[in-house]
Amino acid sequence: MREEVLYRIKAIYRDDFRVRGFLFGEGEESICIIGSMRGNEYQQIYTCSRLIGLLKKLEEKGRIKEGKQILVIPCANPYSMNTKKRFWTIDNTDINRMFPGYNEGETTQRIADGIFQQIMGYRYGVQMTSFYMSGNFVPQIRMMKTGRENVELAKSFGMPYVVLHNPRPFDTATLNYNWQIWETDAFSLYTTSTSSIDKASASQACAAILNFMSKQDVINYRGYEGYISRVVETSDFLSLRAEHSGFFESRVRAGAHVAAGEELAVITDPYTAEVRQQITSPIDGIIAFLHDETLAFQNTAMIKLIADED
Amino acid sequence: MESIKDNVVKVAEAEMPIDEQLIIRKHRIEPAVSGDDLSRICVVTGIHGDELEGQFVCYEIARRILREPELLCGIVDIYPAMNPIGIDSIRRGIPAFDLDMNRIFPGNRDGDMNEYMASEILKDCAGADLCLDIHASNIFLTEIPQIRINELHKDVLIPFAKDSNMDLVWVHGNSTVLESTFAYSLNSLNVPTLVIEMGVGMRITREYGNQMTDGIFYLMKKLGIWKGDVGSVRNPVIAYDQKGTDVYYLNAPISGVYIKECEHGSMVEKGQRIGCIIDPLAGRELCPIEAPGDGWLFTTREYPVVEAGSLMGRILKKEVCVR
Repeated sequence: MREEVLYRIKAIYRDDFRVRGFLFGEGEESICIIGSMRGNEYQQIYTCSRLIGLLKKLEEKGRIKEGKQILVIPCANPYSMNTKKRFWTIDNTDINRMFPGYNEGETTQRIADGIFQQIMGYRYGVQMTSFYMSGNFVPQIRMMKTGRENVELAKSFGMPYVVLHNPRPFDTATLNYNWQIWETDAFSLYTTSTSSIDKASASQACAAILNFMSKQDVINYRGYEGYISRVVETSDFLSLRAEHSGFFESRVRAGAHVAAGEELAVITDPYTAEVRQQITSPIDGIIAFLHDETLAFQNTAMIKLIADED
Repeated sequence: MESIKDNVVKVAEAEMPIDEQLIIRKHRIEPAVSGDDLSRICVVTGIHGDELEGQFVCYEIARRILREPELLCGIVDIYPAMNPIGIDSIRRGIPAFDLDMNRIFPGNRDGDMNEYMASEILKDCAGADLCLDIHASNIFLTEIPQIRINELHKDVLIPFAKDSNMDLVWVHGNSTVLESTFAYSLNSLNVPTLVIEMGVGMRITREYGNQMTDGIFYLMKKLGIWKGDVGSVRNPVIAYDQKGTDVYYLNAPISGVYIKECEHGSMVEKGQRIGCIIDPLAGRELCPIEAPGDGWLFTTREYPVVEAGSLMGRILKKEVCVR
């Protein structure tokens, strides 16, 4: 394992801003895994740390294939993590809305460019990312439909779901989108949580990435085969929204199978504890997304369901 | 008998979790006897909660109309706070969601609370003859009064922009990301919508507010909404910068504290010192900042702390500073 500082900015009073990479094997730039890009993505950095530990052991056993190089970047934004701020510390911009970056532009454009220059040549790219809404997910590989997405390849992670979605205007400045445009097979990997650590989900994600690497002939590894992934589109998700604001109390967990008519959550009056809304499942299916905060805001999706296959 | 109707109207409403309603309101002023054929102007501001320059403009438009209500012959809708909680809590984005409101348009009536509010706002502005979306840069930069126009809409918007009493009209190239803005969405609904940038975040520059208000009255007269005297308007510089080559961007080469030395809005020459970056800890100047070419310093840094890449100013190249 080799450690490299891939990008650095000198600050006036803080220690340098550093993006650190961990390299395994030598040769063709085979796969890059990048973790947290926002300051609250603890699960993403944790998952990468676990992966680094596993790859270190595999390398010591000589199980990285000859001529293959793996890069893991656990954190692209230490400054925001250390100040507990989701976006950039000074101007609140999002590094994951700055790709492919610009080396003569503003700070987060430069960071995006500095990272992208290091990772744009990799054949496969995996980004551990989080959703703009706070919540827990059923583990999934998510891909934008750019015309270059490779669904069959996505299935080889062995995650329960491969989710496809049409890019919105702001998606065109994400790492995943630009990786695809620059001909990297790019995948976003969603584990269950974001700002809290879920060890079981992190283990599943690590196993899925190793599984993928093994199938793509990057490592010599026999382990978890995973699921036969089901491919769904985000337009197939059924959103259950808060008809009223209030306190949100969930009765289920992300990934659980639920039956039509089953109570999934309630929204209560914060002053009287009276139930303002009982959220029940209209279908048999899986909880794909579950709001994980106490406050529920009106009209906001609390739960997203994937219906069972016929 | 009153010559006008003057009402504050609810545009959109949603329920907050703890004993509070999120309400977006507008101030509608219209002739007492209204007809279907009256022209309508919308003045919108406060999408970013830390941009306050438009607050004075909203007040001043209403004040001038109410002073001479008999001169009003069309409908004026004033939306001072698109992001009311952001303004009240000094937050640029939508509080609780940390979301840039100007990246969620056209919204979605069946979407989450913010998407719903965005769709209701857009619906309310639809059908207007002109809309002005007033911004105030951010807390880092000061801008001279200017209009920003997406090249896709320039043919419709430049004639209005020329009459808006601003100092600069900056036509910029299209960007996919900007398709989520209020102005792009409303222009796509065939409501000519001008984006105004002036002044600086968290402050009100009364001089700019009056300049903008004069321009709005000139436009209202042109649209048949106001029949009072309006005087003349400034002849703006129009920069057709679709390729992004008309402007020098002064980005900080290193981190430090920026000390500006050149007056905002002045003409500068190549090599002229604009400012410098200093290191207060070491007591040293780290780097002089010089103009890379001749031109007009139309943006300057207001917030002194910079990091590598921070924007310290913009200079419009001299050869395109043609009025």
